[in-house]
Amino acid sequence: MKLLNHTLLYLSASLVFILSIWAVVFYFSMMEEVYDSIDDGLENYKMLIIKKASRDSLLLTKSRFDESNYAIRPIDREFALQATEQFKDTSMYMEYEEDYEIMRMLTTYFSTPQAQYYELKIITSMVEGDDLVADLLHALLWLYVAVIASAFIINNWVLRKIWRPFYQLQHELRGFKLGEDKTFNPPQTKVTEFEDMNNTVAELLKANIAVFQQQKQFIENASHELQTPLAIAINKLELLLEQTQGKEAQVQLLANAIQYLERMTRLNKSLLLLSKIENRQFSKEETVDFNERLRRQADDFEELLHYRNIQLDWIDNAKLQGRFNADLADVLITNLLKNAIVHNYDGGWITVTVGKDEFEIANTGRPQPLDTDKMFTRFYRSADQSSSTGLGLAVVKAIAQHYQAEVGYRYVDGLHRLYFRLPHLM
Amino acid sequence: MKLLIIEDEQGLRDNVTQFLQKEQYTVEAAADFHSAMEKIALYDYDCILLDVGLPDGNGLNLLRALKSKQKRDNVIIISAKDSLDDKLEGLNLGADDYLTKPFHLAELNARIKAVLRRKALDGGNVVKLNNMELDFNGRALCIDGVTIHLNRKEFDILAFFVVNKNRLIYKSALAEHVWGDHMDNADNFDFIYSQIKNLRKKLKDHGANLEIQAIYGVGYKLTV
Repeated sequence: MKLLNHTLLYLSASLVFILSIWAVVFYFSMMEEVYDSIDDGLENYKMLIIKKASRDSLLLTKSRFDESNYAIRPIDREFALQATEQFKDTSMYMEYEEDYEIMRMLTTYFSTPQAQYYELKIITSMVEGDDLVADLLHALLWLYVAVIASAFIINNWVLRKIWRPFYQLQHELRGFKLGEDKTFNPPQTKVTEFEDMNNTVAELLKANIAVFQQQKQFIENASHELQTPLAIAINKLELLLEQTQGKEAQVQLLANAIQYLERMTRLNKSLLLLSKIENRQFSKEETVDFNERLRRQADDFEELLHYRNIQLDWIDNAKLQGRFNADLADVLITNLLKNAIVHNYDGGWITVTVGKDEFEIANTGRPQPLDTDKMFTRFYRSADQSSSTGLGLAVVKAIAQHYQAEVGYRYVDGLHRLYFRLPHLM
Repeated sequence: MKLLIIEDEQGLRDNVTQFLQKEQYTVEAAADFHSAMEKIALYDYDCILLDVGLPDGNGLNLLRALKSKQKRDNVIIISAKDSLDDKLEGLNLGADDYLTKPFHLAELNARIKAVLRRKALDGGNVVKLNNMELDFNGRALCIDGVTIHLNRKEFDILAFFVVNKNRLIYKSALAEHVWGDHMDNADNFDFIYSQIKNLRKKLKDHGANLEIQAIYGVGYKLTV
């Protein structure tokens, strides 16, 4: 939900509550005022009638309201003495409205100088409570709509204006990627909170970039620094190997040691390659013909395929070309082909299928599907492949990510199928 | 033949020196930029092995100095950086080859020999070994004057053996030289053996006066 809608939601919910309370309070205070003023009017009228009655005794015989708004009837003295004046709401048939309407009635008692006791009833028309409530609700509804509408418009405008630095920051952050040589420019703003946020984000990113650079530097340096000691160790063992000729057991031990050092070298090289791909150090691109390149790389494996009696078939459905770094294309293809050979059995087969926007390498192998969640992660290897680095498919994945391409695995018809699909825009 | 190795790592310097002395070269060594600069100024070398990452200066500057003096010393760059840009820069500056650490000594030997062969233009890039002639330009093998057909990889294998004759060649050094460094799965080096068997048969059929020995689990050796 957008920020604007959030504010509106809270605003409208609280406005319903506030306006309802306000309406109730307003209704009662208004009614109180109405009664107050009507009752005052009745009191005033009472005085006038009593005054007039003392002069004009004919008035005392007016026992029905009829066209006027008062009635007088004589009562007992006892009753009059214990009765009190009271206002009350009553209803009365109104000729004009053709209906019973609420009326305010004052019932009071008075005596004439001749010690006669009378009851005086005065009525006056009242505000119609139900109509008032309906009117009030109506007005309230309109007020509510108007307030929400104006809140929406003002909010929209204000949010756009006030929150502009925020949206700019958001935009900047979205376009920011660690490891890219792009500086972060926080948007200029006069709002203190945004300025604080911008500075905090800028500081945070600066620290992150620094850590990232250090880490990058560390991996690169570590790998480079390892190359030399590895080279020296391997070379020393090679020299020793020459001097040890004829001593079978020692020669085997030395060869074994070299083998492990070479594995370490491969690990080191693969890690360096991975960090280079992730650091986008393969920027040079050219149009790569995958049909041709697949065949050329497969040529290097010819003897190995022959030795293991693995048959390699080609299905070229289309020409597959794309903008790619040539070195990465070779690494990608080599890793996938090698994967298909290493995890194959002697006498198995491999089918390479090239389509319009993808190629697939299918191979025979162990008769169960691989763990798709783990197979592309670093250092994952199946139990029977102790000498592999476990980085081959991680490198493939990194290359795919670098080009926003898709790499995937499926196990169909007893064949392990790894496909690499180029993005459409290439 | 006089070689100079410029390398700050003593271990590597000693290895290379020891290895190359067995090839009957005169090997001199320099451990840093300044002593290397002195040696380059004073003497001429047939081949210089140059580590670009020296602690007191960039090795490429040595290469620039060398070329600006119109010296004809061959240079092979040795670097821990496996970067195409570095390689291109080095080769553009006039280096003859580029080798990434770590490398096999047999590979270094092959590179040095190739550079030296190219320098000795009159030789026509042909190596003679007993009754066998290996023409590196035409990639052809002659035994007793008869041309024998070898495919690309067979030629590469034989050439690697010839330049490293009488040395024990570790199997992965051979695999990397012929098939490139992605052919690295130690378990799968057995396939090389079948290749060598074919080569051996061809050589034997044509009466070549040499033998490729297999040392099980380790590598091979060409004995003349």
